[in-house]
Amino acid sequence: MAAPPELAEPTTTVKTEPVISVRRLWKVFGPKAERVPGSPELSALSRRELMDKTGCTAAVRGIDFDIAPGEVFVVMGLSGSGKSTLVRCLTRLIEPTAGEMVFEGEDILAADPRRLRELRRSKFSMVFQHFGLLPHRRVIDNVCYGLEIRGVRKADRLERAQEVIDLVGLGGCERSYPDQLSGGMQQRVGLARALAGDPDVLLFDEPFSALDPLIRRDMQNEVIRLHREVGKTMVFITHDLSEALKLGDRILIMRDGKAVQSGTGEELVGAPADDYVRDFVRDVPRADVLTLKWIMRPARPDDVLDGPEFGPHVVVREAVRAVLAADRPVKVVRDGELLGVVGHEEILASVAGEG
Amino acid sequence: MTALALPRVLARRPSRGVLLIAALAAFLVLWVVLRGLHTLSLGASQLTPLHHAVNDFNDALGAGRNTNPLFLYFFNEIRLVVDEFVTFVQAVIAQPAFGRPVPLIGWLGVVAIVGYVSYAVANWRVALPAAAGFAFLGLQGLWQESMDTLALTLSAVVIALLFSLPLGIWAGLSDRFNRLITPVLDFMQTMPTFVYLAPLTLIFLIGPASATIATIVYAAPPAIRFTAHGIRSAPHDTVEASESLGATRRQTLVKVLLPAAKRTIVLGINQTIMAALSMVTIAALIDAPGLGKTVVKALQTLDVGTAFNAGLAIVVMAIVLDRVTTAAGARAERARLDTRPTSTLVRRVVLIVGGALTLVAVWFSTTYLWAAEFPPDVSVGPAIAQAATTVTDWVQTNLSPVTGGIKDVVTLVLIDPLQMLLTESPWWLLAALVVAVSALIGSARAALVSAACLLLLVGTGLWADAMATLASTIVATAIVMALGVVVGVWMGRNQMVDRVLRPGLDAGQTMPAFVYLVPFLALFGASRFTAIVAAVVFAAPVAIKVVADGIRSVSPTTVEAATAAGSSTWQLITKVQLPMARHALTLATNQGLIYVLSMVVVGGLVGAGALGYDVVAGFSQAQLYGKGLAAGVAIVLLGVMLDRLTQAAARRSQ
Ligand SMILES: Nc1ncnc2c1ncn2[C@@H]1O[C@H](COP(=O)(O)OP(=O)(O)O)[C@@H](O)[C@H]1O
Ligand SMILES: [Mg+2]
Repeated sequence: MAAPPELAEPTTTVKTEPVISVRRLWKVFGPKAERVPGSPELSALSRRELMDKTGCTAAVRGIDFDIAPGEVFVVMGLSGSGKSTLVRCLTRLIEPTAGEMVFEGEDILAADPRRLRELRRSKFSMVFQHFGLLPHRRVIDNVCYGLEIRGVRKADRLERAQEVIDLVGLGGCERSYPDQLSGGMQQRVGLARALAGDPDVLLFDEPFSALDPLIRRDMQNEVIRLHREVGKTMVFITHDLSEALKLGDRILIMRDGKAVQSGTGEELVGAPADDYVRDFVRDVPRADVLTLKWIMRPARPDDVLDGPEFGPHVVVREAVRAVLAADRPVKVVRDGELLGVVGHEEILASVAGEG
Repeated sequence: MTALALPRVLARRPSRGVLLIAALAAFLVLWVVLRGLHTLSLGASQLTPLHHAVNDFNDALGAGRNTNPLFLYFFNEIRLVVDEFVTFVQAVIAQPAFGRPVPLIGWLGVVAIVGYVSYAVANWRVALPAAAGFAFLGLQGLWQESMDTLALTLSAVVIALLFSLPLGIWAGLSDRFNRLITPVLDFMQTMPTFVYLAPLTLIFLIGPASATIATIVYAAPPAIRFTAHGIRSAPHDTVEASESLGATRRQTLVKVLLPAAKRTIVLGINQTIMAALSMVTIAALIDAPGLGKTVVKALQTLDVGTAFNAGLAIVVMAIVLDRVTTAAGARAERARLDTRPTSTLVRRVVLIVGGALTLVAVWFSTTYLWAAEFPPDVSVGPAIAQAATTVTDWVQTNLSPVTGGIKDVVTLVLIDPLQMLLTESPWWLLAALVVAVSALIGSARAALVSAACLLLLVGTGLWADAMATLASTIVATAIVMALGVVVGVWMGRNQMVDRVLRPGLDAGQTMPAFVYLVPFLALFGASRFTAIVAAVVFAAPVAIKVVADGIRSVSPTTVEAATAAGSSTWQLITKVQLPMARHALTLATNQGLIYVLSMVVVGGLVGAGALGYDVVAGFSQAQLYGKGLAAGVAIVLLGVMLDRLTQAAARRSQ
């Protein structure tokens, strides 16, 4: 089921000036990797065929996206789909094979090693799946590390480290060593380390995948809280759809290195581009994600149109009670214009996961 | 269909086992017919043209030593620098110097420094025994010899680390350099210890400088290897995190990689020290001063008491050096977890006070004779030597039916027949057999290597001696493997046994090869058998450990499944665990062979004869120099051949 055209706002491009803009990005591992992106014939091959023919693995294949300031941009896909490679390409921890990357108007691929280090020191920070903490340093010294290599004075960096430690709720653990902390606490250290340098963009590579479900939920709420408090742009990698839906303003779904679909959570759930995406979103509680505009139908002549009114962006779950309580269809209205109606049938289908 | 086709395939192509037996049978038949023909045997004082040529070459080098620019500006310089350094360290702790009748720092000072340093890098539980151990060296009446050994060892270690730590870091950072250096290190590690000695004396003359240089070369690889490995195994995530924060390569190295690798690097230094000690004692063969020389001299006069006393001193020093460096590696970990502020404070106070006391002790030892020279009247050395001699005499008079019996049986049943088979066969027949066996249990490549090594062995002119040594090596390795399988399986199956035996095996492995000769000389007198037993004791710990680890690493699920299917313990071992640990078994054979080979040669000192004797004689008699060098090369050839063969077999078994 697709949304009415006049309502499907274009969400894949950003209206404001993007912080990061990526075009035709390729990363190919293997011998003579450079020839793959340029050759129409090779780049058309599937991953498997390319491997057999050239011995190369195409981890990222011609990805495009823009990220707006302050946005949480989620990249999602199964394991091996190239997410980690993609996010590492953004700071050139992995050198891209081809493409363009512009960050705040600057061509990142043109940066020399010194400039690249400057960018990494002040603009980007990354949080890793397995934390990547320094085992021989105490928590506070781990958090300081980024400032230390920038040459910040010791007193200043300790003060700043203490600030972010308090911010992520690690107060009291400053003198512990990483292996004395639980996984969740260790990732808080990773988070504090990333925040310490006050970067413009935070990159997360499956930061919570190694954690227990309950702790994972806490940490997700922590990220939401931090995003509200510090308002940084975030690129968040995950293989977990519920995490993606919970955190992401927009979601890019990858498969075998290619972008399959990108859009808001409700766009993915409401209008999956293909079976891969449909499979992904199958078990999502649709009523929690979709808004009324996705389930409404045009008013029929026999409808009694004096029921309650709702806006099109109201989440289904919130309208259930009102719709079921009314004995006539609910009207979906924008700026006084009737867009459609939602009756018992529509609401029940959506809650039952059929819509 | 397939079930029917299978036996036919097997029938068409005889299995390797059948081929192997056929080759052996053919060899035996031909051996009986051709026995005594083309054996290439050479008398003890007979020389081949090659040996003469090496002698002449050595003489020519000797004559040109002060004119040849390569020597003048390169080798002699190296020798000079090393010599100066060693002499200096000796002057500080071992030899009279600076116009004084005693070294700069006397025994009291050295004992205090040993205690202090041990406390500083480890803790008092290590420091007290370390200081006591060193004091014991003095009590043994071997203070000066011990200090000579220590001086040579420390000099070699310091110089070796100067090279090997940077090389290790480089190999840790650069894949290309790592690929380049790994085979070189592998090769160096398969060389029997004193093979380095012979060619070095050609360039650096017989004496402490050569001994130190040989020790440096021998001791450097572990430090390089461990450093590289420590850096390579630093967690990838952490390194990436450091890069993502904008660290330079240098910052990542200093702040992430080196701290992460610290423990491994200290372990490498420990290995380097132990290797150096081992080599310094063996370098007595080329006139290195110290405990090794005392042992060699005593062995040559069959003075078991003195040899035992000096051997004991080597063991004590080995234990002290090993314990201190091992504890230093472990300390960093533990100190970290100890966050009590008081213990840090106590430690700091002890360090300051102890430092002051140490300085006082050093000052005493440079000022007063009693603190400089170990008082000779409290020596227990003669008593130890006497006791050892008494025990030896008693054993030789009362136990000789037993020890002699064992010796004679093994010699008659194992050593003699095998040696006869190998030495009395035409050389080409034996060579053909070895190549065939290499192809069958190894690979075509192993067969090629074997063929090349065998031809070169013929070239050394020492074929018969090499075959005698090969016979001893095979017998010793067979015993090692028997021990390895029995004890290894026991350890691998039983955690308790493992916990009890492993520390002993670890300790056995760190001992310098030399000290194993002494007790067996006491038991069995000078003979091939003595050398073989010493070699077995030297090599068995490695083999046992490799087998035990192999057995342990067999998947528990498989073992459980086999047990659930109703296997008896014997079936479990022979049908599941040993076959699945096949790779470990071949690896153990490989290691066992290498260790045995390096020992059979040291055994030349106690009557092993053959190549070992040739080498030892070459160092002591000028006209046999060339032959000794050729014997050294022959040992290398045997080593390379056996190593490649067993490695090929190991690869095949994987
Ligand atoms: N350094 C590398 N060399 C070769 N192939 C790699 C390398 N890193 C990743 N790949 C391959 O690229 C593909 C994508 O990997 P990755 O980006 O880690 O996926 P994800 O993070 O989505 O699980 C995988 O097939 C992986 O095997
Ligand atoms: Mg990944």
